[in-house]
Amino acid sequence: MIGGLFIYNHKGEVLISRVYRDDIGRNAVDAFRVNVIHARQQVRSPVTNIARTSFFHVKRSNIWLAAVTKQNVNAAMVFEFLYKMCDVMAAYFGKISEENIKNNFVLIYELLDEILDFGYPQNSETGALKTFITQQGIKSQHQTKEEQSQITSQVTGQIGWRREGIKYRRNELFLDVLESVNLLMSPQGQVLSAHVSGRVVMKSYLSGMPECKFGMNDKIVIEKQGKGTADETSKSGKQSIAIDDCTFHQCVRLSKFDSECSISFIPPDGEFELMRYRTTKDIILPFRVIPLVREVGRTKLEVKVVIKSNFKPSLLAQKIEVRIPTPLNTSGVQVICMKGKAKYKASENAIVWKIKRMAGMKESQISAEIELLPTNDKKKWARPPISMNFEVPFAPSGLKVRYLKVFEPKLNYSDHDVIKWVRYIGRSGIYETRC
Amino acid sequence: MTDSKYFTTTKKGEIFELKAELNSDKKEKKKEAVKKVIASMTVGKDVSALFPDVVNCMQTDNLELKKLVYLYLMNYAKSQPDMAIMAVNTFVKDCEDPNPLIRALAVRTMGCIRVDKITEYLCEPLRKCLKDEDPYVRKTAAVCVAKLHDINAQLVEDQGFLDTLKDLISDSNPMVVANAVAALSEIAESHPSSNLLDLNPQSINKLLTALNECTEWGQIFILDCLANYMPKDDREAQSICERVTPRLSHANSAVVLSAVKVLMKFMEMLSKDLDYYGTLLKKLAPPLVTLLSAEPELQYVALRNINLIVQKRPEILKHEMKVFFVKYNDPIYVKLEKLDIMIRLASQANIAQVLAELKEYATEVDVDFVRKAVRAIGRCAIKVEQSAERCVSTLLDLIQTKVNYVVQEAIVVIKDIFRKYPNKYESVIATLCENLDSLDEPEARAAMIWIVGEYAERIDNADELLESFLEGFHDESTQVQLQLLTAIVKLFLKKPTETQELVQQVLSLATQDSDNPDLRDRGYIYWRLLSTDPVAAKEVVLAEKPLISEETDLIEPTLLDELICYIGTLASVYHKPPSAFVEGGRGVVHKSLPPRTASSESAESPETAPTGAPPGEQPDVIPAQGDLLGDLLNLDLGPPVSGPPLATSSVQMGAVDLLGGGLDSLIGGTNFVAPPTAAVPANLGAPIGSGLSDLFDLTSGVGTLSGSYVAPKAVWLPAMKAKGLEISGTFTRQVGSISMDLQLTNKALQVMTDFAIQFNRNSFGLAPAAPLQVHAPLSPNQTVEISLPLSTVGSVMKMEPLNNLQVGSGQGRHPSPYSPTSRAPLGSVEGRVYRQMFLATWKDIPNENEAQFQIRDCPLNAEAASSKLQSSNIFTVAKRNVEGQDMLYQSLKLTNGIWVLAELRIQPGNPSCTVRLSLKCRAPEVSQHVYQAYETILKN
Repeated sequence: MIGGLFIYNHKGEVLISRVYRDDIGRNAVDAFRVNVIHARQQVRSPVTNIARTSFFHVKRSNIWLAAVTKQNVNAAMVFEFLYKMCDVMAAYFGKISEENIKNNFVLIYELLDEILDFGYPQNSETGALKTFITQQGIKSQHQTKEEQSQITSQVTGQIGWRREGIKYRRNELFLDVLESVNLLMSPQGQVLSAHVSGRVVMKSYLSGMPECKFGMNDKIVIEKQGKGTADETSKSGKQSIAIDDCTFHQCVRLSKFDSECSISFIPPDGEFELMRYRTTKDIILPFRVIPLVREVGRTKLEVKVVIKSNFKPSLLAQKIEVRIPTPLNTSGVQVICMKGKAKYKASENAIVWKIKRMAGMKESQISAEIELLPTNDKKKWARPPISMNFEVPFAPSGLKVRYLKVFEPKLNYSDHDVIKWVRYIGRSGIYETRC
Repeated sequence: MTDSKYFTTTKKGEIFELKAELNSDKKEKKKEAVKKVIASMTVGKDVSALFPDVVNCMQTDNLELKKLVYLYLMNYAKSQPDMAIMAVNTFVKDCEDPNPLIRALAVRTMGCIRVDKITEYLCEPLRKCLKDEDPYVRKTAAVCVAKLHDINAQLVEDQGFLDTLKDLISDSNPMVVANAVAALSEIAESHPSSNLLDLNPQSINKLLTALNECTEWGQIFILDCLANYMPKDDREAQSICERVTPRLSHANSAVVLSAVKVLMKFMEMLSKDLDYYGTLLKKLAPPLVTLLSAEPELQYVALRNINLIVQKRPEILKHEMKVFFVKYNDPIYVKLEKLDIMIRLASQANIAQVLAELKEYATEVDVDFVRKAVRAIGRCAIKVEQSAERCVSTLLDLIQTKVNYVVQEAIVVIKDIFRKYPNKYESVIATLCENLDSLDEPEARAAMIWIVGEYAERIDNADELLESFLEGFHDESTQVQLQLLTAIVKLFLKKPTETQELVQQVLSLATQDSDNPDLRDRGYIYWRLLSTDPVAAKEVVLAEKPLISEETDLIEPTLLDELICYIGTLASVYHKPPSAFVEGGRGVVHKSLPPRTASSESAESPETAPTGAPPGEQPDVIPAQGDLLGDLLNLDLGPPVSGPPLATSSVQMGAVDLLGGGLDSLIGGTNFVAPPTAAVPANLGAPIGSGLSDLFDLTSGVGTLSGSYVAPKAVWLPAMKAKGLEISGTFTRQVGSISMDLQLTNKALQVMTDFAIQFNRNSFGLAPAAPLQVHAPLSPNQTVEISLPLSTVGSVMKMEPLNNLQVGSGQGRHPSPYSPTSRAPLGSVEGRVYRQMFLATWKDIPNENEAQFQIRDCPLNAEAASSKLQSSNIFTVAKRNVEGQDMLYQSLKLTNGIWVLAELRIQPGNPSCTVRLSLKCRAPEVSQHVYQAYETILKN
């Protein structure tokens, strides 16, 4: 298991050092600094073995977090734990920076004592931790016996991510469907690869221990549930989508999903990521890029790029940016574009064309003349792909939230008292067209 | 809050100041002081002098202060054991505190104080805490047992904590269960023999229930523990798999990987014909792909594991090539791993896409990545024959870029392509020679020299080229020197007239001026060869080279199986067994995959090749052991060679017959080997032998899993002949041993008792390995089935006919002799021969020993035939396609130690479905029977 955990600043000075196992000595702290942080060559693996001691590290801005062990630990678990550790710290004091860590070092030690015991990760849900690691140590005396046992049963219990007795005047929840659409297209407009990776992020402000049930237009789910109600299947069947794979927050009852395909859970309080998913079929590609590159002699290139928006005219795409790479020996560029602003950025070797807003079913065009310096470099220009960034107000995978039902049997509010908000945001991931 | 100020006090005399503050009356000041102490401790200052003062602060109601003092104690108690005793009272008192958080804190901290004297005081509080009413305390106490065990294992056993810990596995609280499982697993690891984690179907059921309820970390502990369980049959394995699969949708990648581990392991036990097996395979792919959208560090762990999974079960991810395409901003470690997997998944179906990608990568900036991409193009050429041409032209394009390291890498891989497809792409040699001057890396230089030597007859100025290398002979690395020596000798043998001087020069450089024994020895061998028998020299130096394997860097199968058991852990990241990087006895238990227990009556279909070791690939995965011999055959550079462990086998294999033939023939045909063999055994020490035996372990383990052909039972002894006892039977083979399955039927009117069996001496040395056991008396019309294990160590006597086996068995005092007419099972598990050895032996057996047969009406294709025969221990050594005919070269060893080599010709399109079989064996008498066996196996 994890033998020790160290946090360093960018210079390699130790900010936090907690040793859990006897086989990890003080010299381990220095070994990591010398061999990884101060290494002459950039370290090429997140796992380093120095003198039979293994170091796992992640970096957050310029802070290094390193877990150390001499055993054959579960490596995936160690990294998951390090990420979790970052999340917990961020939930307590915001950004992970040297300043913040120094300011909160006592708290961090207290957290490390709680969430890692003899190197075994324990409950690390901030919701639960915040009930008893408060940095107001004196509080313990004022707790009643019931309060104490409530804390412990929550920390160890089945629903470790939520505490009892949460109350809101207004029961409200927000669902964000955030998708990033990735594309690689050939110059002829053939899709080489495309996939959407999406997340459903939920912000819940609900009283008590609400039992939630989430429904979406996934093919399998609809087929499985729609058996009884035939007309619902036919109605939604058309729009249902095929999800390749999805993963859920630990609050979701996986065995129930496996057997009944229903997504039911008691949510943590506040914001969390309910699920992640991936689709590859029937993706709506919001933009199509049509490149035209012509080499005129040895010293000139003519580039024309057309972009077409491919969604309902009533919707507006935002923050559109098209990046057209230019050869290294570019000496000058003239650009003309119909819409937005375009600039040649020599430092980035690219023409960057920005459009603030664009409605669906429109098209726009840019043309550029690129002057080249004559070179004797035989190496041909590799023609990197044209990439694109944008944001659209729908889910390119076609995913729709069908319902999110809330039941709280103990308190007297019902599903339709809860105010629910759903929002869809589609962003570009790696959206490239070769030219 | 500005605690950061504590980090900045660097005054002298600080310790004194702190001492005063620690003893202050004001609580706030005390707390400040302790914080300063902790800050100093963190940055590495020695504040142990303050021990008594800090411990004095322990008696406090302030929980925060208490925790800080505990932290200090954990760090320094070991250096001040006597002082640490002072703290014991407080701990014991805290363990009784009404607040469960404080009880748990005390027991948690006490376990971390590694002072012998304290551990004694720890026992009582720990015992109470293990049975505490509060689950939070119990879960903390469970881990504390592991801590105590680490300090004093004997104490834990004496105090009976292990039993209490076992009880906690049935606790009502899932987190307590999870921590107990974690603690027990750890303790069990240091006692590999003890049956601590006594896993049985009931406890497994409890764990599976807790799995649904506990935290993500707890799920990992439980899954990792489950992976060590060995289900008793395929049905149990399947039911566990069914309950583990939902975990594949967990957001925590470690949970997913641990679940994958359990599934991969238990899948071994499932029959491939099951529908569920296919479903499971399908379910595994999506979560593995999803792991690639995690953070880069986790992607790295996932990719290292996927690399193993792809080697073990290529079918899972064969359609997922695209997800391994490298993204522009992937960290370099992710890029390199993805590239590895791309090569593994490359096939005819996707090669065009892969090549296009690789070409893109070869223009990137990172040197290592570019090199690997170039190398990958070469690997594709070797792996997918149809793409070779395109790959070569891509490589030539890359050479035209003149980027130094790209050119060198390309030359190294082109050399391998020449090896794989001799006489096909020699037109590119001219282009390669243009770049001779830019090569500065030994590997590339050696590769270039090899090419020049190999094709000396087609390169007009080969002598000049080689001579130019000779100038700086002593500055070259050994690899280049050896290669240069061989290349010049080759050149001399091809163009003796013009190059006499050159060869003299290199021989004297190698033998007289060099300190390197390898180089000297090789020089002398060549020298003597050339001076005594130039014809022999030609045969040796210009001998036909064995094929190179299609896959590179394959992990040796036994290691691979072991690593599959370690999915998700560091071992799977390093691709090394834990013993390679873990000190001491911990975690060094050798794990292995479970054997398949499912009924194996059904023959394997040709598409699903037997797990792990398809016959053709087996010899390809031999690690570098063969190098020494390869050296002499001038195969020193490049990918693993399939064949060389020839000489090594003299150390390990008991198969003396074979060696007699195999090695003799080698020595006979190639004179030069004789002198060096004297030196060889010394170098081929134990490690090689053990590596080889590993391989054989595998053969006996995996090779026999698949369903072998079993002849239906035939009546051997009719009832009339034996006073009413009817015996029918057949021979079967299970996990390497032969047994005789008998069915005894009482057709008489009386009860029969006292059964016995005796074997006469026979050609196969078969004898019963255990007495015949029929437990109950056999009442009239009753039938019993018995499986009698047989050994093959009995005395051998040649019988006429050869497969005649006389057995007498019966009841009471009336043994009835009979002859089982069913054929005895033929091959034994060691019947696998390597290609080179096969060739040598084949040549060595005189032609008159060859027998030819025809098997009619056998509509099988080569794969199907091969896998059918494989399951009866007839191993395919090599496969070739000659003029539309599939030729299978096969070997088997009879239980009495006779080797039989076979050539099977299958004509795919032939309407009469006739298969031609040529057999060669030193004992030609067996051929007829082997032929019959072939016929029976192929037709069933």
